[in-house]
Amino acid sequence: MEEIAMTITKTAENGTLRIALEGRLDTNTAPQLETELKTSLSGISELELDFSGLEYISSAGLRVLLAAQKTMSRQGKMTIRNVNETIMEVFEITGFVEILTIV
Amino acid sequence: MAEITVAAALDSLDTVLRFVDGQMEQAGCPLKLMTQVDMAVEEIFVNIARYAYHPEAGEASIRCEAGGDPFRIVVGFADRGRPFNPLDRPDPDVTLDAERRQIGGLGILMAKRLMDDIQYEYRDGQNILTLRKNG
Repeated sequence: MEEIAMTITKTAENGTLRIALEGRLDTNTAPQLETELKTSLSGISELELDFSGLEYISSAGLRVLLAAQKTMSRQGKMTIRNVNETIMEVFEITGFVEILTIV
Repeated sequence: MAEITVAAALDSLDTVLRFVDGQMEQAGCPLKLMTQVDMAVEEIFVNIARYAYHPEAGEASIRCEAGGDPFRIVVGFADRGRPFNPLDRPDPDVTLDAERRQIGGLGILMAKRLMDDIQYEYRDGQNILTLRKNG
C-alpha cells in the first residue's frame, strides 16, 4: 500500500462534470467523494468518472458509486472510464458491471 | 507467523493494512494479489470494528503468513466480541437494478469471492476468521 489518500480532480463545463480519482476509494476516503458529489451534482446532466489513477476500491466506495448512479439516472447519465483489472473484478463480483456504465 | 493486536476501531484500519502489506511485501507477493488481500482484509476488519463489540470497545488480533512455493497467504482475525459468523448471512442479490440494490453484505461477499477460502470458528471465547489465498 503506497498511497492511503485519494485525490479528486474536478472539471465542469456545460452540464458535464468530469471527476478524476487517484489513489484509493476505500473506507477512509469514500466520505470525501460522497461530500464532493453531494455539492456538485446539481444541474449536472452528465457525470464522467475517470478511474485511470484509481488503484483500489472497497464496499464503502461501491456505496458512494451506487448513490451517484441513482442520482444521475434521474437527471442524466453517468459513465466510468479506465477501470483497472482488480477494480473490474470487484464490479463483476458485486454485479456492479450491470448497474454502472463502464466505457 | 507475525501477529498484531489493535483496537477494534476504524482508526486501526491503516495499521492493519500496513501490517498485512508489510508481511506480503517481505515475502515478495505480487501486487495484484496484495491488492485482493487488502480488499478482503479491509472488509473483514471494518466489520469487526463496527459490530464485534458495539457499543463497547475491544481489541482484535490479526496474524499473517505469506510465502512458499506456490505462493500462499493466510490472514487470521481474532476478537472477543459477541459470537458472530459473518459467513452465515445469505449473499446479497447482485442481479437487482440500482434502485432496488441493497448495499449491506457486499463487503463480506467481496471478501468471500476475492479469497480462495474463508473459515469461521468460535473457540475459547473468540471469533476466529481465517482467510486463505493462493497465488
